[in-house]
Amino acid sequence: MEKKILEIKENLLKDLEKVDLLKNLNDIKVKYLGKKGSISELSSCIKDLSNDQKKKVGSLLNDLKNEVNTKIEEKKKLLEIEEMNKKIESEKIDVTLPSTSIKMGTTHPLTRIIDEIETLFISMGFDVVEGPEVEQDLYNFEKLNLPKGHPARDSQDSFYITEEMLLRTQTSPVQARTMDANLEKSPIRVICPGKVYRRDDDDATHSHQFTQIEGLMVDKNISVADLKGVLEMFAKNLFGEDREIRLRPSFFPFTEPSLEADVSCFKCGGKGCSICKGTGWIEILGSGMVHPNVLRNCGYDPEIYTGFAFGIGPERVAMLKYGINDIRSFYTNDMRFLNTFDRVEGEK
Amino acid sequence: MRVSKKFLSDYIDIEGINYKELAEEMVFCGNEYESITKLSDCEGLVIGKVLECEKHPNSDHLHVCKVDYGDGSKQIICGAPNVDKDQLVVVAKIGARLGDIVIKKATLAGLESNGMICSLAELGLESKYLKEEDKEGILVLNEDAKIGEDALKYLELDDEIIDFELTADRGDLLSIIGVAYEVGAIYNKKVKLPIVKNKEIDPDITSTMKLDVKTNKCSMYLGKKVLGVKIGESKPFIKNRLIASGIRPINNVVDISNYVMLEYGCPLHFFDADKLGNEVIVRNANDNELFTTLDGIERTLSVEDIVISNNDKAVALAGVMGGLDTEVENDTKNIFIECAIFDSVTVRNTSKKILRSESSNRFEKGIDPNRVEIALNRAAQLLSMYASGSVCKGMLKYDCADHNDKIINITLDDINRVLGTELNTSEVNEILKRLEFKFEIKGNKYRCIIPTRRLDVNIKEDLIAEIGKIYGYNNIVSKLPSSNIKKGSILRSELLVKDIRKVLNSLGSNQVITYSLVGNGINELFPIKNGENIVLLDPLSEDKKILRRSLIPSLIEVYNYNVARNMKDINIFENGSVYYKVDGKYVEEKMVAGLLSGSTIKNSFNNVDLKVDFYLVKGIVEYLLKYLGFNNRYSFRVNELSGMHGGRSAEILLDREVIGYLGQVSPSICKNEVYVYSISVEEILKKTVRNIKSVEIPKYPSVNKDLAFVVNKDVTCASITEILKKVGGRLLSNVEVFDVYVGDNVGKDEKSIAFSLTFLDPNKTLSDNEVTVIFNKMIEEVETKLNAKLRDKNYN
Repeated sequence: MEKKILEIKENLLKDLEKVDLLKNLNDIKVKYLGKKGSISELSSCIKDLSNDQKKKVGSLLNDLKNEVNTKIEEKKKLLEIEEMNKKIESEKIDVTLPSTSIKMGTTHPLTRIIDEIETLFISMGFDVVEGPEVEQDLYNFEKLNLPKGHPARDSQDSFYITEEMLLRTQTSPVQARTMDANLEKSPIRVICPGKVYRRDDDDATHSHQFTQIEGLMVDKNISVADLKGVLEMFAKNLFGEDREIRLRPSFFPFTEPSLEADVSCFKCGGKGCSICKGTGWIEILGSGMVHPNVLRNCGYDPEIYTGFAFGIGPERVAMLKYGINDIRSFYTNDMRFLNTFDRVEGEK
Repeated sequence: MRVSKKFLSDYIDIEGINYKELAEEMVFCGNEYESITKLSDCEGLVIGKVLECEKHPNSDHLHVCKVDYGDGSKQIICGAPNVDKDQLVVVAKIGARLGDIVIKKATLAGLESNGMICSLAELGLESKYLKEEDKEGILVLNEDAKIGEDALKYLELDDEIIDFELTADRGDLLSIIGVAYEVGAIYNKKVKLPIVKNKEIDPDITSTMKLDVKTNKCSMYLGKKVLGVKIGESKPFIKNRLIASGIRPINNVVDISNYVMLEYGCPLHFFDADKLGNEVIVRNANDNELFTTLDGIERTLSVEDIVISNNDKAVALAGVMGGLDTEVENDTKNIFIECAIFDSVTVRNTSKKILRSESSNRFEKGIDPNRVEIALNRAAQLLSMYASGSVCKGMLKYDCADHNDKIINITLDDINRVLGTELNTSEVNEILKRLEFKFEIKGNKYRCIIPTRRLDVNIKEDLIAEIGKIYGYNNIVSKLPSSNIKKGSILRSELLVKDIRKVLNSLGSNQVITYSLVGNGINELFPIKNGENIVLLDPLSEDKKILRRSLIPSLIEVYNYNVARNMKDINIFENGSVYYKVDGKYVEEKMVAGLLSGSTIKNSFNNVDLKVDFYLVKGIVEYLLKYLGFNNRYSFRVNELSGMHGGRSAEILLDREVIGYLGQVSPSICKNEVYVYSISVEEILKKTVRNIKSVEIPKYPSVNKDLAFVVNKDVTCASITEILKKVGGRLLSNVEVFDVYVGDNVGKDEKSIAFSLTFLDPNKTLSDNEVTVIFNKMIEEVETKLNAKLRDKNYN
């Protein structure tokens, strides 16, 4: 009997050695462990043995069963790995071939700039508001201290629709509208991005349509120092922490004092380069303290309230930030231009 | 305004101040400059004497000269026709620089030349200021020129010029004296005014001439007479200063009118008194009145213009330009000087219509009424000094201008409140003194007296701005406003637009921004709402004269631009307004529109190519609406749409109202397959959206069943699904179309549509029987209502 067991073991090893496919492994399982398999055959002989022998052989057969099972399982695992390896080998591809084109669409550079500025000002408690592009002369000029015949109207040659209606030349009318609409005459903190229009021929630096962001803050005790603080915040946020602001007096009919703001050059840090034309400073926006006539025209008492206003040109900011040389690029919408803006920004 | 350093030095001591630094200081007082230049951009020019002058042996036009310019006799070859022995000339030595040219030792026609004898033109003056002889021949100097000395200094051409770009409010800086006050405030120096004094003779002008001002557009008119002038050339200093200021010298008389205008900022006009006659009338022009200006051009005037006339006809266009008939000419003897103030708006309008001049520019920005009389007398004084004139007693005078200085009451608190500073009275006093503004102070209260020359300083805030300038805005310490903390907000419409942009970007669409102005006929191409076009009164060009009412034509333009540059896979959108007029009201409606063409997702070697078709664009529109919270609330309806492909377009409905359309652009407009969609953001804004509510994941299994109908090809898919959904009720959880078949296995006018249905009861496991009942009912309804035939139950 023991001899037979050994024989079975030897045969099994031989059989297993020959198997190279998983499906054939099952045949072996049947051959040894099946109902008519060799182990079953041996088991059927047990009944003819003595009780002592029965016990001994029974345990031997049991061990044999376990061993056969283990051996087959081991072989099964081996074959499975082998077959998986074969499958993987057969499925190998050239990973250096090009990928399938999947992309997000791009946000227009002007929108990127406007979004960025909006986010900053919202964080400082400003409301984002809007006003009509087809505007009344009253709001675009008169309420802003620019009566008819004022020489400063010259610099904003306008597209008129009727004598009283025009395409707004600036987002400043939204200042007047916001103050007018505030019936309690309470403090105001708003920015207003939008399209504006001037009667200019289009060239590399002029566009008959462009965008502006107007800012207005009206409260008790708002001063030039506050304006400067807010503009510094703006410059640092947009162009990097090290930026500084420089104010130059200027003239806008709707502010007094009027101030042009320069930001220290983000490229050279103030040493002078081609971007800042060697001056170390870049002209970035116009601003000032809201003219008392404008406050009064909109129902605010200038003896109680003061305020500042500023106007940012997103085109200018974008041109500086992204190194764009021709303002018309924003409106031509060449896909190669737009596709440049398909990623996050780097360090400021 | 071009400001000559020499001219400015007459009124303020700027000795030792670098002119470039002065320009920079002025910038921080609000006066930007365009450039700083030298009147003559030359170095190394000296005075020389021509000792010998012979014809060049090898040339028919050159001369061989021996010139002494301080280092003994040097040979210079000169090509000028007028060079001669004993002349005192300007010599550019070896190493001298004339603009960009450096003079080197040279050999001309075989002979050595050690420098160059210069013409006036070669000294760098613009040719428009020069006479022909200045360009053709060398400049010959007077006897008093000293050999070896600096030639530019001798010629008074050693001047520098700052070209200021002034702001519209600073009319006072259109005068050298005005600039002197500004510089004085910066450097804390006092202005020196010219002493104006005339020895006057009979007859008194009022006995020979009469003035009549018949218009209210002239607040001041003064006239003075100077007799017996001799016309000639101006002194070099006058000519040089005019040239430095950008004005062409003409003769000693005309030059004085310009010189005094530059000094005081008051435009003057000189008439030939004999041609003018004895009557001066200031009046509105007549409509269609013809008038020939000094430049010889006949102008047609209107009642909006002001003219000066004699008893016969107009002789000057007030504030703009004189007339040809009373022009000062070489034989003019007697001069009538006009110095006046004309209404700024009137002059502005006239000059805009007719021509801009130095004079009109000053009238537009305003004239100091207290300088008019001084300027008039100053002109008379200079005519007697430099044109041998005799000044007549008296003057013609009309004056209803306000000559009073302006009073501004202000407190220290006012100043500090606006500037955000902590200035004290002694600091403010110092600044006011620098500005030469007189003031009285009681405690913290100032009573400031603002001179009339400062037309721009009228109210407290103007004065604060001036104080800020002198204090220095960059000395103000910045801070952040100490307002109440509040949340910044954004309009709902803007939030919606941001969401729309996010969705479309995520679907691969590039945002574009295009122009709002379009040309004729563009608005009528695609579907628009009822209303009128908004048209510009005075457009720049034909293609930009009407506000757009649809974004689609602009997107097609972008498409065409890119296709022409070989970019054929286009996926773009724009969010922007369309504009029209309804019942007299101007409407700006926010829209979003997109355009797609070519392929979206592609991988050529791998045969991946998702081409744009109607269903892709429909998918984008559906996803957008779903994202915005309108699942199950939108639908599509076939309707005739202008500009769109009749068989491949549809209206988009939300809650059964039209909000836009989508489909293929008519092949008559775009020959390639181009798909667009247009949705009114304004319409979407009108709708409310429910909040997200989480649904429980079904616990019970669903049952899938497929079926296919054969229907007439005009029966829409939507009409079948509508019935399926209605019959299926709440137990039908999903309907999917998985096959549409047209071909041999169905009739000629037929198609087969196959659906996969999912049934689910969230509360229990569905029994076969329940599903079968519904399923059979569905078949029955579709068959009877749509004349359909069941093609295959359990299709798969």
